Amino acid sequence: MSALTLRARGWLASPYFTSLVTVLLLLLLLGAGGAAYPGFLSLQVMFNLLIDNAFLLVIAVGMGFVILSGGIDLSVGSVLALTTMISAWLLQHWHWPPLLVIAAVLVLGAGFGAAMGAMIHYFKLQPFIVTLAGMFLARGLCYLISIDSITIDDPLFVAMSQMQLPVLDGFISPGALIALLTLAAAIYVAHCTPFGRAIYAIGGNEQSAQMMGLRVARTKVLIYAFSGFCAALAGVLFSFYMLSGYGLHAQGTELDAIAAVVIGGTLLSGGYGYVAGSLSGVLVLGAIQTLIAFDGTLSSWWTKIVIGGLLFLFCVVQRLMALGAASK
Amino acid sequence: MNNTLRHPLFRPGAALALLLLADLFLVPGMFRLEIKDGHLYGSLIDIANRAAPLVLAALGMTLVIATRGIDISVGAVVAISGTVAAMLVGGTMVMQNGVPEYVANTPMAWALCAAMGAALLCGAWNGLLVAGLGLQPIVATLILMVAGRGLAQLLTDGQIVTVYYKPFFFLGSGYLLGLPFSLFVVAAVCVATALLVRKTALGLFIQAVGINPVAARLAGVRTALLIFFVYVFCSASAGLAGLMISANIKSADANNAGLLLELDAILAVTLGGTSLAGGKFSLAGSVIGALIIQTLTYTIYSLGLPPEVNMVVKSVVVFLVCMSQSSEFNTMWRARRVNAGRAA
Repeated sequence: MSALTLRARGWLASPYFTSLVTVLLLLLLLGAGGAAYPGFLSLQVMFNLLIDNAFLLVIAVGMGFVILSGGIDLSVGSVLALTTMISAWLLQHWHWPPLLVIAAVLVLGAGFGAAMGAMIHYFKLQPFIVTLAGMFLARGLCYLISIDSITIDDPLFVAMSQMQLPVLDGFISPGALIALLTLAAAIYVAHCTPFGRAIYAIGGNEQSAQMMGLRVARTKVLIYAFSGFCAALAGVLFSFYMLSGYGLHAQGTELDAIAAVVIGGTLLSGGYGYVAGSLSGVLVLGAIQTLIAFDGTLSSWWTKIVIGGLLFLFCVVQRLMALGAASK
Repeated sequence: MNNTLRHPLFRPGAALALLLLADLFLVPGMFRLEIKDGHLYGSLIDIANRAAPLVLAALGMTLVIATRGIDISVGAVVAISGTVAAMLVGGTMVMQNGVPEYVANTPMAWALCAAMGAALLCGAWNGLLVAGLGLQPIVATLILMVAGRGLAQLLTDGQIVTVYYKPFFFLGSGYLLGLPFSLFVVAAVCVATALLVRKTALGLFIQAVGINPVAARLAGVRTALLIFFVYVFCSASAGLAGLMISANIKSADANNAGLLLELDAILAVTLGGTSLAGGKFSLAGSVIGALIIQTLTYTIYSLGLPPEVNMVVKSVVVFLVCMSQSSEFNTMWRARRVNAGRAA
């Protein structure tokens, strides 16, 4: 085989390429939308894509860390709901100052994640089953606070939900800005810190990471704590967005987040992919939803079917690439 | 005595017995059985009847988990098979001698076959992705979990399809020999599965694949075919559960039928003592696990607690069971006890 084909093969199997495919897909979706519907390609529609999916982006960033380390976190959607519920309850029932409420729920989310991470690491339990139990627990706790939706009328939360930050000719919400900052911080942590390198190492092979002398225990607990923190932050953004706390909020978000991470080019077996892929993954999901909303005749279940189809496509492509890399 | 304690069914059995013992004191009339109109009525019958779909789903899930897999599309398959059956059976009102009667749109046998066929197709899809393409089971079944419910909603247009054809209800709420018909279906499936895995080499092969897939393949087990079969079986039992659920609620609800059933089924399997890491499995354990979940739900309802408490209790139970299965935790616990003994 000539050196050129070998290089092409190596290039095709590199994480750059997988992530690039998603970006191309996103451009294709946007292009198709722009061709079919006038006004689709306006700046504000693009910003709205970000505004409406800010909470999903934050969750997907946390999920990206967990999946890169070879784990999974099914509890994020429920932790989001629990956060909206606790914030609404503390604000409306106990009249805590809003900043204190936000700090409290963020600490709570991180603690919840850390507890799950500790169970996963120290008792060698499967992440799947531990976070599944965490999902039930968080959802159940929501209903213990109240089974009804609690409306938030705190001035700060209302102001945050209505604030529009002008960018170029359009505007974005504070939530979208926070989501982008979270993403930037996560990219820095993943690629420029020892902690980030430890995550990739654990995802590649936990035993080897241990033998290399990496602090596997601390890293794993921190990863799940970070995911819990992201879920809580997403919950705060969601309460800005919805101005209510409700136990039924964001059902199935964990699946959307996993789908976004996979579509963003990260392998579920861990150690392969980029945190930034979460952004393209979330935007692809958002673009599909926007397209379906623009069409107007397609019903919401088409979103599910298309996302399922995309997941299938990406999994198969990744699998074939892995096989190709192995046979080389 | 020690052998009894070490028996794999001891823990789930004891948990169920404890739960029932608590109910004996907490829920009045828990163990009362009475015969009304030739049917046996009582809380225990009710629990068994309501647990039927979960038992079916848990049986299929047990075999999947035994091969180190997982199938999170069970709920979606329930929605699909229930929807197909309900839409094909439907029911149109026809006047016969001045009496309104409902006639099935499609002969019921065909409708049931079509529904099961849809479930088998779903299983074949999962099996193909896992065994053929070698995708991770959780990702492979995630695809159907997301898309499957969407497909079911597409079929019904997001509406709830009501069934008017009476014979269809028999599957969900009929009685045979004084007992709910669903119990007979479940018993038949249990016996058939048990015979299949215990009297043939199938059970051994499944365990072999779960303990070490590579070694099993090298030893001549046709791993791919076996894994494919296991997913088809899981979807088939989920499809049957879907028929039962839609016959019971006399309609097909593509939005909510079987929602979170996969999680309950996984929980039942874990409670029954089958490790999620694959290998050894216990069908009887999974049945007991499903009964524990349903008894827990029943207890919470009859104590007048809000039904939402159920989720919290379930999660605490999962944590406890997982801890008790973790050898790391057991070592730690024993070390602590020894230390405490020395100190005293």
